[in-house]
Amino acid sequence: MSNSMVFRYDVDGDDFTLAGEISSKVKKRLKQLGLPPETIRKVAIAMYEAEINMVIHANGGTITVEVSPETIHIIFADRGPGIPDIDKAMEEGFSTASHEVRELGFGAGMGLPNIKKNSDKMTIDTKVGEGTTIELWMEVC
Amino acid sequence: MKLSEIASALELKPIAGADGMNREVNGCYIGDLMSLAMSNLEEGNLWITIQTNLNVIAVSALKEAGGVILADAMTPDANAAEKADEEEIPVFSSPLSAYQLAKRLAELGL
Ligand SMILES: Nc1ncnc2c1ncn2[C@@H]1O[C@H](COP(=O)(O)OP(=O)(O)OP(=O)(O)O)[C@@H](O)[C@H]1O
Ligand SMILES: [Mg+2]
Repeated sequence: MSNSMVFRYDVDGDDFTLAGEISSKVKKRLKQLGLPPETIRKVAIAMYEAEINMVIHANGGTITVEVSPETIHIIFADRGPGIPDIDKAMEEGFSTASHEVRELGFGAGMGLPNIKKNSDKMTIDTKVGEGTTIELWMEVC
Repeated sequence: MKLSEIASALELKPIAGADGMNREVNGCYIGDLMSLAMSNLEEGNLWITIQTNLNVIAVSALKEAGGVILADAMTPDANAAEKADEEEIPVFSSPLSAYQLAKRLAELGL
């Protein structure tokens, strides 16, 4: 673990027009670190989707990114409403997005499937009324 | 194909991100939903959309799009234009529809 770096970020839940900030910061950092473009691409896609979900569904939270030479481990933790049915939420096209955020182009119900597609391992720990923690692992390829 | 050539051939109105204007583009994606663009927009693609908010620029930057054309005379929100300058994502506006734009791009050989 001596070679690993940890970055922590708070995601503001108030302003969903500002979402994507953290993903863009992390992408720039990973580029500076010289990680392979394919790894960076996957991290960027998965992080954007999870970051947006935290903002539009859970009123913000925290993101922790741990970078080691072999793996990128990302933890998204929020204290939002939780996900009542994970299988349903993972289905392509399932969305509870509000009319307001649909107008901005969200609500295709493709975020979680995109996250899964772009990570090597994904876990979701959620409790209704308490919050959701999503963890991702990407191998540095 | 050079973005600047496309811009002049289609009489696109440059709005923001002028620093990225010398870029080459290699194809086109049309759509208005962020997660679909996130998964289908490819590096170097032009993105035709009617969405005008900041997320268009965020997705474009994360996916390294070649540029954005706002169809149907849409114009970007002020913070989106600002972000496009910062990220050097060229943004254009056109009175043409997405269909008409795509047709013209195909005629140009994109
Ligand atoms: N952090 C979260 N907290 C609570 N619910 C969530 C969270 N993330 C996702 N969900 C639920 O899972 C559903 C599916 O999420 P997903 O990201 O796939 O689609 P979406 O956000 O609705 O639309 P899209 O991502 O395509 O814009 C959401 O509509 C929401 O009900
Ligand atoms: Mg989503």
